[in-house]
Amino acid sequence: MTTSGWQHFEHQADIGLRAWGPDLGAALEQAGLALTAVITEPQRVVGREEVALSCAADDPEFLLVEWLDTLIYAMAIRRMLFAGFEVAISGAGGTYHLTATVLGEPVDRDRHQPAVEVKGATLTGLRAERGDGGWLLECVVDV
Amino acid sequence: MEVSRLRQEGPYRWVMDPVGAMRTRGVIYGDADLLGEMDERVLEQLANVASLPGIVGPAYAMPDAHWGYGFPIGGVAAFDPEAGGVVSAGGVGFDISCGVRTLHTGVTAADLAGREDALADQLFHRIPAGVGSRGKIHLSAAEMDDMLAGGARWAVGEGYGHPHDLNRTEELGQMAGADPEQVSDKAKQRQKDEMGTLGSGNHYLEIQQVAAIHDAETAAGFGLHEGDLLATIHCGSRGLGHQIGSEALKSMARSASKHGIDLPDNELACAPLTSAEGQAYLGAMRGAINCALANRQIITHLTRQAFADVLPEANLNLLYDVSHNTCKEETHKVDGAERRLFVHRKGATRALEAGSTNLTPALRGVGQPVLIGGTMGTASYILVGMAGNDARSFGSSCHGAGRRMSRNQARKQWRGEEVLRELRDRGMRVRSPSMRGVAEEAPEAYKAVEQVVEAAEASGLSQRVVRLVPRITIKG
Repeated sequence: MTTSGWQHFEHQADIGLRAWGPDLGAALEQAGLALTAVITEPQRVVGREEVALSCAADDPEFLLVEWLDTLIYAMAIRRMLFAGFEVAISGAGGTYHLTATVLGEPVDRDRHQPAVEVKGATLTGLRAERGDGGWLLECVVDV
Repeated sequence: MEVSRLRQEGPYRWVMDPVGAMRTRGVIYGDADLLGEMDERVLEQLANVASLPGIVGPAYAMPDAHWGYGFPIGGVAAFDPEAGGVVSAGGVGFDISCGVRTLHTGVTAADLAGREDALADQLFHRIPAGVGSRGKIHLSAAEMDDMLAGGARWAVGEGYGHPHDLNRTEELGQMAGADPEQVSDKAKQRQKDEMGTLGSGNHYLEIQQVAAIHDAETAAGFGLHEGDLLATIHCGSRGLGHQIGSEALKSMARSASKHGIDLPDNELACAPLTSAEGQAYLGAMRGAINCALANRQIITHLTRQAFADVLPEANLNLLYDVSHNTCKEETHKVDGAERRLFVHRKGATRALEAGSTNLTPALRGVGQPVLIGGTMGTASYILVGMAGNDARSFGSSCHGAGRRMSRNQARKQWRGEEVLRELRDRGMRVRSPSMRGVAEEAPEAYKAVEQVVEAAEASGLSQRVVRLVPRITIKG
């Protein structure tokens, strides 16, 4: 397994996202890419517009869900797809705060060929684990 | 799934007796082959549902059940508020009130000959479909609240359809008890440009031909004849429902312990029906049901416009509109006594028998049409709720075939252009903005619906009335 990366894992009706990175922020950036890949090939998306996003949660697992839901909401109301993610995590009082700059562009149906909307991040099989090599995240998203 | 873990009560009824935290039995309908193909985690999820507080009767899995999140897809469970029963956001799902609406067109397949492409193009032009699409209706804050309270009845009042459509819609087109104030600003924001949009994934609009009659008497009761052309719409509450589901799921998962609920799986997130949180979710979820009913009503209007352009002799009248992701308050007889219960159906449709007081009066004499979606290359079915089904499943049935293959696997196996060409050679027109989406929705990526509907019939849930084949499909 490389230092940072993502893959999809099989779920019968929906799609599982698996992402990893040397720290939680890096793993969450990979989770963003895995989410975009549910909809289209990330390399088809040009990072021409910058959007600032933020969210918070009490633990890393719920932070993963909040992050994915924040991206899903931003994609839906802005009609955009994202392919660049810069995530910073800060913690205070037992709460994880995430701030992010994401890069993307409005949906171009001819170029992106977007297959499916993501409805939301589920809590089934949710994982956020820190090991020797960094963080491993898993979440099933409903499509 | 290992069927030896179950006790067989009949050829199509399998029982999981309570073990561990289970408060009641799990009952699965289907034949040994269907159960053998089900994921082991269906049993695990059914056992988890059976462990929730206030559950009444068994936790059921329909013949098309598959591994979902929290509840299995194809799961049915009823809860009594007076017995500590719960409402579960995970038991309804993200696409609240996703459902199917089928219309008579008043024309036959023969009338369509030579105009298939023109009608497909008009439908694709008029009905926004796919990721990034917007509707032509943009709701103000006040209009949004009116829509959430009024459902299809609001849409008809705005000029989208006929008052008589409401007689053939669940809840007569307007879910009572909706509370727009419980719907978050984010959910409303997500919906304001999405009214009258089809969505993506497995959602579709299909022009279908009645290819076979299985039950002539009921088909006549439904006004269906061989060769008839029907229009079927499959979609839900769009971004609004997805947002309500996401927010409630997280909130209920965090607060369950405060209500003394030990969740075996966070995705079963729930709150007591009598709690403020449970009541708030019910108010928001019922708003989402109205959103779905309004959405399908608006798409009905757009479909009528497309037909008027291409087949002006057509006259589209609603057969029925039924949702398959809901929690509804219903009256059911349990152990000889009538009880008001909150019935969750997740990926399961109502299948009410003739005479049911839960059924819209226009159909009480013949029974409820059960609309089962297939794929754009195979078949769909209309069934009818069978006598005695209330006692078997709280009046429920399967909702479709379910996927045989994941989206990633399907994309590796097929190219969208090839799927379209092959279907066209078989006389089926498909319009979609995404060839990747078409590949992921390839007909062979789904299980055979025939086995599922045969099992539903043999289980005494719903009986086949007609078989439909697709002629035109609009995919998101």
